[in-house]
Amino acid sequence: MKLELGKINIKDVQFGPETKVEQGVLYVNEEEVIRIAKLDDRILDAKVELARPGESVRIAPVKDVIEPRVKVSRGDGAIFPGMLNKVKQVGSGRTHALVGATVITCGRIVGFQEGLIDMSGPAAKYVPFSQTNNVCVVIEPVEGLTTHDYEAAGRMVGLRVAAYIGEAGRDATPDEIKVYETKPIVEQIQQYPDLPKVGYIHMLQSQGLLHDTYYYGVDAKQMVPTFMYPTEIMDGAIVSGNCVAPCDKVTTFHHFNNPVIADLYERHGVDINFIGVILTNENVFLADKERSSDMVAKLCQFLCLDGVIITEEGYGNPDTDLMMNCKKVSQAGVKVVLITDEFPGKDGKSQSLADAVDEADALVSCGNGNEIIHFPPMERLIGTLDFIESMIGGYEGSLKEDGSIDAELQIVIASTIANGYNKLAAKGY
Amino acid sequence: MKKYKVVHYINQFFASIGGEEMADIPPEIRPGIVGPGLALQNGLGEGYEVVATIICGDNFFGSNMKEATETILAMIAPYEPDLFVAGPAFNAGRYGVACGAVSKEIGERLEIPAITGMYSENPGVDMFRKDLHIIQTANSAADMRKAMPKICKLAKKMLSGEEILSPEEEGYFERGIRVNYFNEERGSARAIDLLVEKMAGRPYETEYPMPEFDRVPPNPPVEDISKVKIAIVTSGGIVPQGNPDRIESSSATKYGVYSIADMKTMSKDDFMTVHGGYDRQFVLENPNLVIPLDVLREMEDEGVIGELADYFVTTTGTGTAVGSAKRFGQEFTKKLLEDQIGAVILTST
Repeated sequence: MKLELGKINIKDVQFGPETKVEQGVLYVNEEEVIRIAKLDDRILDAKVELARPGESVRIAPVKDVIEPRVKVSRGDGAIFPGMLNKVKQVGSGRTHALVGATVITCGRIVGFQEGLIDMSGPAAKYVPFSQTNNVCVVIEPVEGLTTHDYEAAGRMVGLRVAAYIGEAGRDATPDEIKVYETKPIVEQIQQYPDLPKVGYIHMLQSQGLLHDTYYYGVDAKQMVPTFMYPTEIMDGAIVSGNCVAPCDKVTTFHHFNNPVIADLYERHGVDINFIGVILTNENVFLADKERSSDMVAKLCQFLCLDGVIITEEGYGNPDTDLMMNCKKVSQAGVKVVLITDEFPGKDGKSQSLADAVDEADALVSCGNGNEIIHFPPMERLIGTLDFIESMIGGYEGSLKEDGSIDAELQIVIASTIANGYNKLAAKGY
Repeated sequence: MKKYKVVHYINQFFASIGGEEMADIPPEIRPGIVGPGLALQNGLGEGYEVVATIICGDNFFGSNMKEATETILAMIAPYEPDLFVAGPAFNAGRYGVACGAVSKEIGERLEIPAITGMYSENPGVDMFRKDLHIIQTANSAADMRKAMPKICKLAKKMLSGEEILSPEEEGYFERGIRVNYFNEERGSARAIDLLVEKMAGRPYETEYPMPEFDRVPPNPPVEDISKVKIAIVTSGGIVPQGNPDRIESSSATKYGVYSIADMKTMSKDDFMTVHGGYDRQFVLENPNLVIPLDVLREMEDEGVIGELADYFVTTTGTGTAVGSAKRFGQEFTKKLLEDQIGAVILTST
């Protein structure tokens, strides 16, 4: 499977009468975005605000972040298959991405698990979206909407608006075209017969309502582990529907731009042979955990892998899935490296993980989410600060009168994301 | 110019009182420096004054730890020290344990920086490395010349509030405190580097060695539940409406004890959940899903259980540090025992 990803670099975002890309500037028709958001009758009203790097802006509570993309080649399916568009195999042909732009959904809270983005100041360095030009859609649900319906409505608004803005990249000339290719297993092994065969075990958050992920529209907790060509994810085969702790959230942006997949392709043919991705879930029932980890180990063995990288989404309960996968895959004779983040308490002294196995002897840390961070006041607020003290990472007294905040780093969206997207790490002092 | 006042702790040997035969002497205090105090004073330099030295026999401290610590605290209080330095103890085991224990206690009680130094195999290292900065020394006093300047350098930083760098940079034993930093490479790239080394059979180093957990053996089964008073303890975040004690939705630092006296069921008008780790909607509708009061009342009426305590204990389990959870348990268990609770139902979510 081969995908050409055309990257259109976006340096600025502005409102304009027509949604288009011109000389690196994304122009957005505000009324049209509002109209699209309100297509969902669960949404009473919507506002659009822009947030650019370096501005004195705080965005909260953030639900999802999505990079605008569009499928350019005909007959190769469309973006977000099974969610927004019809189910059809994706991952081949040509796709355009507006790199440096995002759509951010925010507004009244669905769960405690939504977080913050600061566009400048000391907390900006923890979040990649302080460096992107963001179209923020602030949604207001109709009266009496259940949290589950509100989550679904917010998720669909984000996908619709991102797909609409992505269309602006259809006819634009990419600044760069990257080609990614993974061949069927036998051919792929033969391409670099002397290099170690490496796979990626991608654990999707599936703990239950408000902690969900979708693969071609299938709720990940209802699937069994399966093989995925890495390029499928670049076309939106995986969509975030979860509200896991903000710092851990694998946003839809991060699925498009999965760092393990990107970096494995970088090393493909250099010192490894990247065979593909095994998707699995993080269900709460022990029987599901046993079944899924058994099947992950079986797939690793079937694909003749020499080594795998495993990532998780969330902390606590999914640490068990991470460790079961690590143990069983290691026992199948495959070398394992784990990527995760740490929660050792505010004093940094407790155990960073909720579970551990002896086989987990090679782990990459994405930072300590319990560290207390200061967020100075910002001139402009997109969304609301009403929920700060009850959000994950907040506590009594977090929000000060002047609008500044003291809270655990875990309140920042994707700040310690456990797939290695960031450079943040923790070490022993 | 104000001078920082420093109190130094040494044992009978370093005070030139004697060796093993004098290890039973009780604590005494002398004004100014004694023995290695000279190296300490020189290392700290101007602006610091070693105002007093505590001398205590290693055996005396070891067998009278509580009493010795109280005596030492009383002795040094009039000096109002800004800094406490013990040792270094090198490879002397009992001395090391004393240096660790006294530094920890004085640092915490007087709220001043406290520091010591030891050899890596000194048992005091593993006992106190989490609580203290312990400078790594060689195994004998011949290393005093090198060890004391390191102690002084770090002590000055602790006093001034200057950033304390990593264990390698400062020369102290890793305390197991996890601190954030920005690596040059992102995590995914580092993971591939690690995997390539591991697959090639070359040495590799994890960024986080697996932690150890306390495994608590369960108590024997309750013999006759119909004669026992039961309490409910939960990590499911159930609190009275409005969350009066502001228990956090994640990474809890508090727990609550709330009344269920005269209640037949957990009403959604009275209780809610603040837990940030699961879908709350069903529990908001029916808090009995986490605190099964409705069923337990029936069992109480039918005599299946002896009695139900008229309160429950609650916190948020998600993201809560083991250290915090341990403290909660130690605290509220006293109440449970006082109230003659014979068994607890722990509900998690």
